[in-house]
Amino acid sequence: MTLAVDILLWAVVGTLAFLAALRGRILLHTGARDGAIDFLRLLPRIAIGVIGSGFVAEALPRDAIGPWLGPGSGLLGVVIATLAGALTPGGPVIGFSIGAAMLKSGAGAPQVIAYSTAWALYAVHRLVMWEAPLMPARLVWLRAAVSLPLPFIAAASAMLLAQP
Amino acid sequence: MFDWSTAVITAIAVAAAATVYLRDGREHFIAILSGDFALFGDMLPKVLAGCLIGAFVTLILPRELVARWVGHESGFAGLLIAALFGFILPGGPITIYPVAGAFLLMGADAGAVVAFITCWTLCGYTRALVWELPFFGAHFVLWRIAEALPLPILAGLLARVAVKTGLARIS
Repeated sequence: MTLAVDILLWAVVGTLAFLAALRGRILLHTGARDGAIDFLRLLPRIAIGVIGSGFVAEALPRDAIGPWLGPGSGLLGVVIATLAGALTPGGPVIGFSIGAAMLKSGAGAPQVIAYSTAWALYAVHRLVMWEAPLMPARLVWLRAAVSLPLPFIAAASAMLLAQP
Repeated sequence: MFDWSTAVITAIAVAAAATVYLRDGREHFIAILSGDFALFGDMLPKVLAGCLIGAFVTLILPRELVARWVGHESGFAGLLIAALFGFILPGGPITIYPVAGAFLLMGADAGAVVAFITCWTLCGYTRALVWELPFFGAHFVLWRIAEALPLPILAGLLARVAVKTGLARIS
């Protein structure tokens, strides 16, 4: 599975690099350089996020997670997870590593889905640091407002379908 | 640049690692560490590919062209096309919000912009393949995305209703 994903991703990279090369060597070089710089910037964060999430999941006492976020925690667990998602700062490494640590330490799938949906849609830190400076303010708040129920809908469909 | 969130995560990671070492012993500590390194190694080629895809798409697909497509469509089709671009376009907040801003300038309505951002953040394929899949596994990610698919359209419709009823005003 992971090999298939690697092949898919690199096929996309190859196609895009080819399209860039058709338009000139400079475009190809710029793309490759920009991508590589992004990657090097992310590298330390990924290392910390991945290694950290493994240890955090192991260090957390399962008995403590269960009542708050476990599969039996129901709507209260979804509310807690949604709040936690909104308050989580940082980029994808941090959000996903916390979600993975939650899942490993016994949180229920609907609760983890609520967490990552809330974090993706209205992490307060991202709204303030990124979206508000780059977008019209009214649109930012409108988007955040209409997004408020979405983590609950996602969690509810996870509960109804009993998946994943 | 000092990055507070990374610093906090580092502190938490070190504290958790120390807890595991002291509580469960050296062998257990090394077992977890090697599992984490395997995950890290698994992610590297994906993250590099994701970064390159983001860089090339930014160069190849001009923002104005995408914005013109989205801006010209209205109604339900406008929401669908905006969501589709959210699914396709890679990149982080620095690249995606200016694209969304350009949609507005080219005549897209608030609903389309909301559908675009919601789909990008919830269903974007590079995000899912690069970041989410290594952490959560294919089964979890596929279900999460399947359950998220209607949400961008729903958010776009809600935004339109809010604008039409005067609850929200976008100048």
